Amino acid sequence: MIHLTIDRRPVTVENVKTVLDACREAGVYIPTLCADPDLAPFGACRLCIVKIEGLRGLPTACTTSVADGMKVITEDEDIRDVRTMTMQLLLSDHPQDCLTCGKNGLCGLQEVAEYLGLRNRTFRLLERKAEPDNSNPCFEINYAKCIFCGKCVRACAEINGSGAIDFLGRGFRTEIMPFARLPIRESICESCGECVERCPTGALVPRRFLSPDREASTVCPYCGVGCRILYGVRGSTIVSARGDRSAPASRGRLCVKGRYGSFDFVGNKERLCTPLIREGDTFREADWDEALAAVAAGLSRLRGDVFGGLASAKVTNEDNYIFQKFVRAAMGTNNVDHCARLCHASTVAGLALSFGSGAMTNPSTDVLSADVILITGSNTTENHPVIGYMIREAISRGSKLILFDPRQIPLARISAIWCRQRPGTDVAWINGLMHVILREGLHKKSFIDERTEGFEDVARIVEAYSPERAEEITGIPAADIVDAARMYAGAENASIIYSMGITQHTTGVDNVRSLANLAMMTGNIGRPGTGVNPLRGQNNVQGACDMGSLPNVISGYQQVSDEKVREKFEKVWGVTIPAKPGMTVTEMIPAALTGKIKALYIMGENPMLSDPDVHHVEKALRALDFLVVQDIFLTETARLADVVLPATSFAERDGTYTNTERRVQLTKPVLPPVMGVRQDWEIIQDISTLLGYPMRYNSRRDIWDEMRSLAPSFAGISWERLEAGGSICWPCPDESHPGTPILHRERFTRGKGHFAPIDYRQADEMPDTDYPFILTTGRILEQFHTGTMTRKSEALEGLEPECFVEMSAADAEQLGVMKGNHVQVITRRGAVRALVRLNDRTGAGTLFIPFHYVEAAANELTNAAYDPIAKIPEFKVCAARVEKIESSTSP
Amino acid sequence: MNYDELRERSIRVWEQEEQHATIPLIIIGTATCGLASGADELLHILGDELTQAGVQADVRQVGCIGLCYAEPLVDVRIPGGARVCYGGVDVKKLRTIIEKHVKGGTPLAEYALGSIGPGQAPGVPSLWELSATKPQVRVVLRNCGIIDPDRLEHYVARGGYAGLVRALGMAPSAIIGEVKTSGLRGRGGAGFPTGLKWELCRSNAGDKRYVICNADEGDPGAFMDRSVLEGDPHAVLEGLCIAAYAIGASEGYIYCRAEYPLAIRRLRQAIEQAKEHRLIGEGILGSDFSFNVHIKEGAGAFVCGEETALIASIEGRRGMPRSRPPFPAAHGLFGRPTNINNVETLANVPAILREGAEWFANYGTEHSKGTKTFALAGKVMRTGLIEVPMGITLREVIFDVGGGIPDGKKFKAAQTGGPSGGCIPAEFLDLPIDYEQLARVGSIMGSGGLVILDESSCMVDLARYFINFTQNESCGKCIPCRLGTRQMLMILEDICAGRGTDDSIALLESLGDAVKKGSLCGLGQTAPNPALTTVRYFRDEYIEHVRDKVCRALSCKEYLRYEVIEDMCTACGVCRRECPSEAIIGAKDEIHRIDQSKCIRCGICFESCKFDSIRVSSGRYHKTSGGKKGRTVREKRAARKEVKP
Repeated sequence: MIHLTIDRRPVTVENVKTVLDACREAGVYIPTLCADPDLAPFGACRLCIVKIEGLRGLPTACTTSVADGMKVITEDEDIRDVRTMTMQLLLSDHPQDCLTCGKNGLCGLQEVAEYLGLRNRTFRLLERKAEPDNSNPCFEINYAKCIFCGKCVRACAEINGSGAIDFLGRGFRTEIMPFARLPIRESICESCGECVERCPTGALVPRRFLSPDREASTVCPYCGVGCRILYGVRGSTIVSARGDRSAPASRGRLCVKGRYGSFDFVGNKERLCTPLIREGDTFREADWDEALAAVAAGLSRLRGDVFGGLASAKVTNEDNYIFQKFVRAAMGTNNVDHCARLCHASTVAGLALSFGSGAMTNPSTDVLSADVILITGSNTTENHPVIGYMIREAISRGSKLILFDPRQIPLARISAIWCRQRPGTDVAWINGLMHVILREGLHKKSFIDERTEGFEDVARIVEAYSPERAEEITGIPAADIVDAARMYAGAENASIIYSMGITQHTTGVDNVRSLANLAMMTGNIGRPGTGVNPLRGQNNVQGACDMGSLPNVISGYQQVSDEKVREKFEKVWGVTIPAKPGMTVTEMIPAALTGKIKALYIMGENPMLSDPDVHHVEKALRALDFLVVQDIFLTETARLADVVLPATSFAERDGTYTNTERRVQLTKPVLPPVMGVRQDWEIIQDISTLLGYPMRYNSRRDIWDEMRSLAPSFAGISWERLEAGGSICWPCPDESHPGTPILHRERFTRGKGHFAPIDYRQADEMPDTDYPFILTTGRILEQFHTGTMTRKSEALEGLEPECFVEMSAADAEQLGVMKGNHVQVITRRGAVRALVRLNDRTGAGTLFIPFHYVEAAANELTNAAYDPIAKIPEFKVCAARVEKIESSTSP
Repeated sequence: MNYDELRERSIRVWEQEEQHATIPLIIIGTATCGLASGADELLHILGDELTQAGVQADVRQVGCIGLCYAEPLVDVRIPGGARVCYGGVDVKKLRTIIEKHVKGGTPLAEYALGSIGPGQAPGVPSLWELSATKPQVRVVLRNCGIIDPDRLEHYVARGGYAGLVRALGMAPSAIIGEVKTSGLRGRGGAGFPTGLKWELCRSNAGDKRYVICNADEGDPGAFMDRSVLEGDPHAVLEGLCIAAYAIGASEGYIYCRAEYPLAIRRLRQAIEQAKEHRLIGEGILGSDFSFNVHIKEGAGAFVCGEETALIASIEGRRGMPRSRPPFPAAHGLFGRPTNINNVETLANVPAILREGAEWFANYGTEHSKGTKTFALAGKVMRTGLIEVPMGITLREVIFDVGGGIPDGKKFKAAQTGGPSGGCIPAEFLDLPIDYEQLARVGSIMGSGGLVILDESSCMVDLARYFINFTQNESCGKCIPCRLGTRQMLMILEDICAGRGTDDSIALLESLGDAVKKGSLCGLGQTAPNPALTTVRYFRDEYIEHVRDKVCRALSCKEYLRYEVIEDMCTACGVCRRECPSEAIIGAKDEIHRIDQSKCIRCGICFESCKFDSIRVSSGRYHKTSGGKKGRTVREKRAARKEVKP
């Protein structure tokens, strides 16, 4: 509690730092153009000057700390004179086109001019020369309208952390520019738009801007960070997006996809608005009754283990729960899985074995309290951008980053140690780190003794992984392995972050368990700033797993093979649940070819692009007797369906999503559904009922309540709590429980942490003379997954319209190709055409291709060989060769 | 070697060189001022010249002794004689000096500026008794021009590091007390009491503290700090080390602009020497005090002289000031408590510790103790580097030390404090120079730039010059400074170019006031001073500019009219040939005429006319060119008429 007087009136404020905050808290307006609640005080615009008893001159309210007993005068003649003069100066340096400016009505300059009552101009116009920069498809830069408040520079440095722009030059020739005065598109700018959102004038405006008439908040449809976005709606169209500052996972930050590319597709003309039924090679439109009847008819003859269901990491928890219930109860099989198989199956299996719980151990904001962050196989700033911002923030506050990645990803630039391992050799370097840690006695003995079991087995096996041997296998210099081991083990709190680079291997589970070994050996588990943190790649992939869209577990990771579990569910569901775990995605697809699977129901997934060896996938899907696809677009997969059912998009539904840190967030619809589509749960419910297993839910809330009555981890997360604005991390056993942001605090979920001795195994397909390159695949910042949504965004498609292949300059030279040439990248399974990109990211002998592009589908190339436990395919390593396309000319 | 041994050895070396030399010693000033005037060429040929003359002599390079107007300076001392200082030495003079003095043993009184004892040179006055030097007190500059700055022994022999030795035997609080008692105030411009600054920094808790020497001297025409760094680098280092010990800092930075390569080289050398003798580094002089110094080269931004911008620059960020508080004493370099002192401030510290606070406080006025160095420039006879006790009057500085105004012109004003300072008119000639008095008349002490102006200086143009400098150097962060100085410049350009009105002056004043009040850092808060003080003291000139379209200093082109004085023209044709705009019409034996429509008022005709035939005027003010008497066209015609009537 701080007591002060503002304009001679006593005021009491709380939780404020600056005089400006205090005045705002007290409802006193102070003009400012450079202050922002998310940015450090800057004091540049000089408009928030006040008088404070005992302080000399006119201090700025934004930079002055508030103190008890302060006497503040916010306006008098003196202050008004200086403010007026300052505004007059700004107006002399600003174009005079208010009515046609993109910020008209929202402009900070207009607001302050109006507040000060300016009625004339004092100064001559300065007519500063400044060419606009229209290179970025997301936003326009009108340098002439810049008032140099520095919000953009600070947002880029403090929020995004990339520092793509800065002040340049001095005096009247001061500019704000990217490095080397490049067009913004060619700079390291990540187009996140944090600058655009904060710009008080027309200097930075979104390319297509219309003022919304209302706003609504929901969870971003892309990666697993779980950012909440406030969408602006005009009529029935979403016209804008901005970060929701009340969201704990994202604190108002967004990336380029969330801000500029997450809503175009909602109103896209290609949206499915009516069910389709196959007629020969084409579809005919059908009404819902007919379509549902067709599905029921098709499925009624294919129940049991010949049926498989693919749930979706893009729909709500409730939709996933009802889907897996439908598969298990109505169709009588455990053949239910979803795309998590292709991303974090190794995590779910591996961490469950080591810790007892297969999820991120700590919340994402926890990186801010880590002294050392070890990141491997995660191009975080591109694939989980908002967590990437936090990592950069942590580093700018003094945390150290150790990076193991075959590619020189943007984080390499700010890492303390960056090691380039050969793709597929992760176990070797992790064992190498542990070898050094044990040799030098850096392990946490008390933690190992009290909290874990099996340590000796690991100690024995890593003995063989001296840094020198690790170097032989991985290509990482032995000295770097030693340094990394010392840095990681020497930290008070060290956090491990990983993603697909670890999991998408035939050794995925081994990799994950090795990381778990490393964390346990150093006691880096169960405290803030520590943990083993897999970053999930879809907005509800955590939730889809949690809800039981997996062949071996029902909601809340309860083993289907466990009789007691089955009994509990059977009592409520009123059916018998098969005891045998079902097939995974990667088993169902091949099984379709052999006839073991005859029908598939695919809800919101696109295996025709996302699964490995898609030629094989196509054959498999064509071999099915019956295929139902439920989606918002006629995807590559939907084109093969017998019946296509149009569903709602993320913006048109309520329900809950669980982000990568196990945080359950409730959403409300931003828009009413497009005419003709139905909610996913309603569709499933009706089909189930037609198939003789009636479901009678009235809402997603009903479904949620049933789920949490059966899954103890979610028991305490009531709809009321979520509606009251909360978001809760599971496990949350009862309604008074605050949730569990950090797992394994006192004890591991499985009791004692389990050390698993792991030996290095080679990847399934290694380069040879015919296919001399290692091909690795992944995502890029500007596109998402199979591109179904992002490629319908003008902004994102404008940024990254074409498939490319990254290769080293040395390899390019040897192949006789240049940046901008097209090449064929060929593996034993297929070939794609891609643009050569030389950006020093990949090392010699390695290629990288993003998998977003249907016209150059990287998964025509990838190897479907999978991990023996997790059944995850090896997307990250296969052998490839490159052929120059002779007709290709330099740009 | 401990300090006592070093000192003994140093004194031996120094005495040997100064008192027991057996061959002549030639001392040459090779600070930047000397080098710029040709000292490097002299140095280059000196060896050969000596060989040719067949004499052996030692050569010592020294820093700037202050008599910059007379550079290059070459001093000669023959064994047993006094050191004789020769000014304006060129190759020819050097040969004569070698021949007559070095070889012949006879000082050349006609070239000599003065002698430096011990001993005397016949016919040469003592250098320290000249009117230029007598009023000066050399505390900061005591070694400049005397010792070889590359030689630690020279510095130590003259008492160097004795202050540090004494400090290390004292409690830090006692050192701070001593500095407080001395009354030393910051010589960077603002005059904050140094002891108090140290105390504030020391009182702030932190796992580490820093001291920084601000050597980012940026005022146009100011070179005090450069001269000290080039002429006596160890003094600054010793001061920094004492400050570090008093504050509890273990690391220090010297932030020196990259445009001072010689100063940086000397500093690096001094740091190496000091490290070698454990005068800095780990366990200084056997104590448990450790202190390491880094040099950070600035990239030439004027604003980086501002503390917070300087810190940002060392941290690798753009040099941009931030709001204070928090002050660097609490939250400075890398977030740690940091003390920043200017070069001259630190150079005073060893003397205070060595000689005692009372000795130091003997000099100066009640609130401004000690001496102040100034870079004396402009319309004054003897430009150069001076050090005078606080409280000396402007008149003494200009007319005694500076030797008055050249060409018999009248003193008009003195600009102190560089672009942040103000103009002091003739009515304040007897003002004692100290922090308070300068502030009272609207100026500041500043770092020591002192520009003397005579009646040919236009005060509006002077304000325009300084505002142009600050508006170029504004960091661009805050609006009042970035745009305010720009608009002030435009107003001043208007006034200079005939576009001004009465409103221009009023707007200049109100804008200047707002810029001072509204700006973030010292740069903007003081940038209007040159404009505001000139309006205050020379309002008549401003009014003449805007109302009468007249510039009494005959400086603002738009207000000038160049004419040929028909009666005086000799038709020599020089002006016609020189005129770049072909505005002068005339032929042999024909009175020349200036076509006003073509004249660009460049003044070349005026400069080139040897006779008093061209007049420049502005309203009632005018002056005439040349001065030589020639045979005019009229006279020639009259003569012809006489011959054949």
